[in-house]
Amino acid sequence: MTALDTVVAGGRVGERATRLDGYPKVTGQFAYASDLHRDGMLFGATLRSPVASARIRSLDLSGVAGSPGVAAVLVAADVPGKNRFGLNFDDQPVLADTVVRYQGEPVAVVAASSPARAWDAVGRIVLELEPLPGVFDMEEALADGAHRVQEVGNVLRHVHIERGDTRSAGADVWVEGYYETAMQDQAALGPEAGLAVPAEDGGVDLYVATQWLHADREQIAPCLDLPDEKVRLHLAGVGGAFGSREDIHMQIHACMLALRTGRPVKLSYGREESFHGHVHRHPARIWMRHGATRDGRLVAVEARLLFDGGAYASSSPAVLGNAATFAAGPYDVPHVRIDGTVVYTNNPPCGAMRGFGAPQVCFGHEAQMDKLARALGIDPVDLRLRNALEPGLSLPSGQVLTGSAPVREVIARCAALPMPDAEPLEGRGAFGYPGGTGNVTRGEGIKRGVGFAVGFKNIAYSEGFDDAGSARVTVRLEGDEPVAEIHTAAVEMGQGLYTLLAQIVRTELDIDRVVVRQADTAARNTGSTSASRQSMMSGGAVQMACAQVRAALFERARSQAGAGAGNHELSVGRGWVNAGGHPLARVADLLDEPVSREAVYHHRRTGTFDDKGQGDVHVCFAFAAERAVVDVDEDLGLVRVVQVAAAIDAGRVLNPLGMSGQVEGGTAQGLGLALMEEVQLSDGAIRNASFTDYLIPTIADMPPVVSAAVEDPEPGVPYGAKGVGESPTIVATAAIVAALRDATGRELNRAPVSPDELAGLRPPAATQGPPPCPDVPGQDPVPLYFQSGSGQQRLM
Amino acid sequence: MKVSLTVNGARRTVDDAGESETLLQVLRDHLGLTGTKNACEQGECGSCTVYLDGTLVCSCLVLAGQADGAEVTTVEGLSAAGAAAVQEAFVEAGAVQCGFCTPGLVMAAHDLLAHNPDPGDDDIREALAGNLCRCTGYQKIVDAVHRAASPTTTP
Repeated sequence: MTALDTVVAGGRVGERATRLDGYPKVTGQFAYASDLHRDGMLFGATLRSPVASARIRSLDLSGVAGSPGVAAVLVAADVPGKNRFGLNFDDQPVLADTVVRYQGEPVAVVAASSPARAWDAVGRIVLELEPLPGVFDMEEALADGAHRVQEVGNVLRHVHIERGDTRSAGADVWVEGYYETAMQDQAALGPEAGLAVPAEDGGVDLYVATQWLHADREQIAPCLDLPDEKVRLHLAGVGGAFGSREDIHMQIHACMLALRTGRPVKLSYGREESFHGHVHRHPARIWMRHGATRDGRLVAVEARLLFDGGAYASSSPAVLGNAATFAAGPYDVPHVRIDGTVVYTNNPPCGAMRGFGAPQVCFGHEAQMDKLARALGIDPVDLRLRNALEPGLSLPSGQVLTGSAPVREVIARCAALPMPDAEPLEGRGAFGYPGGTGNVTRGEGIKRGVGFAVGFKNIAYSEGFDDAGSARVTVRLEGDEPVAEIHTAAVEMGQGLYTLLAQIVRTELDIDRVVVRQADTAARNTGSTSASRQSMMSGGAVQMACAQVRAALFERARSQAGAGAGNHELSVGRGWVNAGGHPLARVADLLDEPVSREAVYHHRRTGTFDDKGQGDVHVCFAFAAERAVVDVDEDLGLVRVVQVAAAIDAGRVLNPLGMSGQVEGGTAQGLGLALMEEVQLSDGAIRNASFTDYLIPTIADMPPVVSAAVEDPEPGVPYGAKGVGESPTIVATAAIVAALRDATGRELNRAPVSPDELAGLRPPAATQGPPPCPDVPGQDPVPLYFQSGSGQQRLM
Repeated sequence: MKVSLTVNGARRTVDDAGESETLLQVLRDHLGLTGTKNACEQGECGSCTVYLDGTLVCSCLVLAGQADGAEVTTVEGLSAAGAAAVQEAFVEAGAVQCGFCTPGLVMAAHDLLAHNPDPGDDDIREALAGNLCRCTGYQKIVDAVHRAASPTTTP
């Protein structure tokens, strides 16, 4: 693995900059985790539980003994240290010991001389399981006498937010709704993979595709019974992530096998295994009741949220915290009561996926706003404008918006974006109709609809986390040319962070040639590539490090120039340190010794929830609005999304090309949840773990996305920039389904919407009413009350 | 099983290919040509797209034995075949994010342009419908193909 070197000139902050890893990627030279190779390496394979809830009666390895090429077979008893890990709580076994809690849970790992031999050995292990009762429904998980998935019970966290009194809100009109969203898979194209290389010091070097090197190490080292410094992580090429690489998958297994065999071990999942190997987006059930005055003033929101966390905690507690705080939408509501619960079940574990709890509630609150608009006879966009949050107003959690909050601007801007060109109903090309090249209509039975949605997302970690960013910037000479090198532990997963960091360096130091070193744990922890946070956090650290480098160059220039520098303010540009605009010293002449500075950037501190769910829990917010136009063939239940228009709050656009790429790609994932994406389960078993059966949008499904950036810089944040990775996904699903409702007049309260629902063959998702609120000690995740260890928090 | 084939113009022989192994595995695991990607390994995503005797195929659906004696061009060989324009267009148009789908899409776009030097949007959608991308939302991929078709005009 070599550093990502860029020789592309230009590309400063605000400019359209092409990717610095673009050429290696288009020519096939870029090394993804699944491409890694070491001479003499072994290949790992994993035995997974075929059922979702069972006791392990026996594990017979005798059939593997003497198998050709097999170097190691490891089970729970072979875990060198603690057999538990987890992002928020260490509740997940490295290898299942007494019971299995979900289908696909790892039970044993094998290393062999080839993948085929490793899989052959896995097939020879005899795993005898005694079936246990299981909980496969999130409401059943709350029932008295339900099978307890974890010792602490089935409630993982309950958050209660209460402000005012919804019963005395003075609403003239109430609307109620029930909504469901399905389990979604991140479906990153690059499979989970990594290569563990045993080191001479008894430690291990792990090359892996992940989203946070240091959080991985924090979880890996105790399981290997090694000190942190002997577990060194290096970032391998990441083939997309979208949240799926926040959790541990193959990391500990590969390290265990490498340490046991003394040889490099590569573990690379196939597509089916990938569906079992990472967490998914939480399926959700959402009850909402909205009250408004006759003139369209939203005065009350009652919401009950239930999220299926699956068998292990992952980041579920944080996902729920987000969902609860965003449940009323980006609106000013004086009276609110929100109860959110995330439960353990024997379904696959759920955790982070782009949007992190916000897409589910956006699907609910935006459907409610449309219902309210209809009940009041007010235009839906107008109703949103009337109730939009603005700086100085507060969320249901009492948090006052002190930063940028251009909610009205994103709504108005989106509504003003051009509608698609009018098309005659007849004579379009195949892609002009639902069903596309299936040629199932020539325009008959087509109905058009338009939908609108607004949503928002917190940036960076919340609820008291101090997830600082960190970076080192070094300027040295190569020949006669100054070169800047960035070294961070920040993960580039495809979204364009490294290009952006290089833009920041070029802007701050006016040095064209920027090299980004491979990220590793030798650099200081810079937090996760998630939560739309890296532009702000690692970007902020790079900006600060550049300022320190600049100051050091100025000091050298002053001492070199002596009195010549005068009292002029110094600046750097075009290869010179300038005093009062006049050249003082060539930067190249100041670099006999390289200048290297490391900086740490902290966001403002946040707090936690009090017992009424009140608290300044989020750092800042990015808002988004999207409008979708659809054509529906009601006879066949087929959809053509004609256009999506997006207005995105970016604070300040750092790279227009990267930004529109995020908006288009994020919208595609939201479209997927609206129309086709669902991990289907039967007794906890995934029924569609392949790209044949789990559908993601193709180029034929995606409409043009017309996007506009709203630039309202966030105060106190580097360049005023907000991450834009998540907000488009959050609103896309809600906007597209709203358009389908507009086209068909049907309720469509479940995402994804099926063809059967559009054709009127399947009724809306039904409910018996909201489940009871569980009895919990407080707002914290339940395992905390049982003194379970905390994961990420220890890193801060 | 012994498999001999011409890859990117060079004669290559693999002595120990498994009978159930695919052309994708021959390229990646035996010949170290990892530019061809392994995202689904059942012909759904197009990440493993190569030319087999001039025809675009998913190399995960071709058994190693079927490729014996064949001429294969992978993404690594495209530049030599004078196709750098497609690759450059993908970078310039912003059609690359994580890049895992990119080699397959570059191959499919190259094939489209070889048959249709000035494709319309629908031609592009139809030709690339067998290639999944999870990052870009495809709009910039359409831009890239237009850009490659007429490199002088900037979309």
